[in-house]
Amino acid sequence: MKTTHDTAAHGGDVRLTGLGKTYGSFTAVHPLDLTVPEGSFFALLGASGCGKTTTLRMIAGLEEPTAGTVRLGDQDVTALPPYKRPVNTVFQSYALFPHLDIFENVAFGLRRRGIRSVKKQVGEMLELVQLGEQAHKKPHQLSGGQQQRVAVARALINHPKVLLLDEPLGALDLKLRRQMQLELKRIQTEVGITFVHVTHDQEEAMTMADTVAVMNGGRVEQLGPPSELYENPRTTFVANFLGTSNFIEADVDTRSGDDIVLKAGGGKLVLPSARNSGPTAAGGKVLLGVRPEKISLVPADDAGRIPEGRNRITGRISDSSYLGVSTQFVVDSPVCTAFEVYVQNIDRDHRLAPGAEVVLHWDPAHTFGLDAAQDADAGVETVGEEAV
Amino acid sequence: MATVTQSPPPAPAPAQAPRAKPPRKRGRRTPYLLLLPGLLWLFVFFALPVIYQASTSVQTGSLEDGYEVTWHFATYWDALSAYWPQFVRSVLYAASATVLCLVLGYPLAYLIAFRAGRWRNLIMILVIAPFFASFLIRTLAWKTILADSGPVVEILNALHVLDVTSWLGWTAGDRVLATPLAVVCGLTYNFLPFMVLPLYTSLERIDPRLHEAANDLYARPSTTFRRVTLPLSMPGVVSGTLLTFIPATGDYINADLLGSTDTRMIGNVIQTQFLRILDYPTAAALSFILMAAILFAVTVYIRKSGTEDLV
Repeated sequence: MKTTHDTAAHGGDVRLTGLGKTYGSFTAVHPLDLTVPEGSFFALLGASGCGKTTTLRMIAGLEEPTAGTVRLGDQDVTALPPYKRPVNTVFQSYALFPHLDIFENVAFGLRRRGIRSVKKQVGEMLELVQLGEQAHKKPHQLSGGQQQRVAVARALINHPKVLLLDEPLGALDLKLRRQMQLELKRIQTEVGITFVHVTHDQEEAMTMADTVAVMNGGRVEQLGPPSELYENPRTTFVANFLGTSNFIEADVDTRSGDDIVLKAGGGKLVLPSARNSGPTAAGGKVLLGVRPEKISLVPADDAGRIPEGRNRITGRISDSSYLGVSTQFVVDSPVCTAFEVYVQNIDRDHRLAPGAEVVLHWDPAHTFGLDAAQDADAGVETVGEEAV
Repeated sequence: MATVTQSPPPAPAPAQAPRAKPPRKRGRRTPYLLLLPGLLWLFVFFALPVIYQASTSVQTGSLEDGYEVTWHFATYWDALSAYWPQFVRSVLYAASATVLCLVLGYPLAYLIAFRAGRWRNLIMILVIAPFFASFLIRTLAWKTILADSGPVVEILNALHVLDVTSWLGWTAGDRVLATPLAVVCGLTYNFLPFMVLPLYTSLERIDPRLHEAANDLYARPSTTFRRVTLPLSMPGVVSGTLLTFIPATGDYINADLLGSTDTRMIGNVIQTQFLRILDYPTAAALSFILMAAILFAVTVYIRKSGTEDLV
């Protein structure tokens, strides 16, 4: 993967400082500070209405911020109209010009900047997006995926400092979407332009982006590489919006070295203190989280064979569904109802059936701790809605 | 069509064929049955009158002795040579009114479509509101507006505008009423909604994101208008100009109420021939010439504007 955010100070970074937008009494985007390193593939991820598109439109100049500044490298572009910004957008519905053919659509930006000989450039760009044959068709004669690529070509041909993508794959079916994700990633690697991608699809963000900013209610909840966000979420919203998380309400008991020992339903669970963003003082309430695929499941009879030093809880299987690659279990336990566990279908143990008493265990290193003051279900319903 | 010819190879089972046929036949007949009332209407109220009028135009005779079809095509030539100035004048006035309607109507339609916000419905109602009053009353109102001692004439006079328009031959002395200007004003006013509504419809259909996309692609607002908005609104411009020009050419009320004998349009001639002079063949011939001329002009116009190429 091509990442450049390890090297500091770039001339082409996108810097948002205190950037905010309010409509009357409604705050669409709370003042946010964000730096998108030059050449990176950056995703703004969130449910609809979280302010991600507004943020993108403020970078494009299509929306006027009520506070803060937008900088591209050293240039403050906050006051510039969109047609003077070295930024191009791929719109959600592509917004291709219906009266122009594909060639003229792609050439539009070049012509507006007074470039005379556009033929070669447009030809090359159409080759890049594999649409050389379609140059003289009208947009409505192309399929959704082809239109999408025209939209990308039309923006990219201008060599913008930043390419903004507003849910560019939202209108495509699942298979095409997967294909276009890889395609966009390939193009980004090839041209090396900074991409800022807005999406509500966590999988899309994780597949494509180097850095993901999860937005919720007009704020950035957490920012980091996808693996960091997934493995060590800082809020329940992030934990639930990116994949599935199991939460156990627990009280801080003692500290032992780099770990925190927590009490939950009579048992003890261990959490590395580096992975805890909740309270650390004894008696503090922590939501202890663990991802379903990190957990191993054994019948209660075999509990003796579980290695030492693993977090363990007991429960009863209430439901299981076979998914081919894995089997998904729902386990009821005293500390948490509906504990989700994904078990790879390597050696299937037939004792693991609904009603069976089981022990769940996992490596404490996979545990994360969150402040229990927040809603453990934040981000759950939204995911369900978007998935439809 | 390709799918029809490539449809299932040989007939499957002969026993099934008759069972499958009847519903298909009924399905085929339905569209024609649905068309029937409309076709009947067209026949009775369009085709028949046109045929009747065509036969009238080649009749000779007098009201007392009765008319007879004598295939007297000379009526056409006589009518044309006698009344060509009125034809030219009609086209000139109608064209002026159409241009004025476009100049006034485009910004108005643009405003309603893109800028009016919550005022949109109110402005639309204001555009349509004149239709609630009769055509005649509306035109008579302009008689008052343009009256010799009215404020409009007074202001135009004070600004010496009338000196210029008189010099151009649009007005006469310090009068506006009974001049070409008054007739064109009346035509413009009366047909403005026919321009605004189609323009509005085609502008409103334009996805505002196309403006954003053009802006994003380095087109300043004026370029965006020239390269995106205007080309996409061409269907509206074409239908608006047709809806204005065609009825304006044949109109006689405006010339009758706001004009003088020097501003008579072809509609006035036809009306007089039919209702006062009772020379039916000439009136019918004039109507046919007008119809043919408009049909020709419209065909050329649509070809030239190339709207069939637009979405």
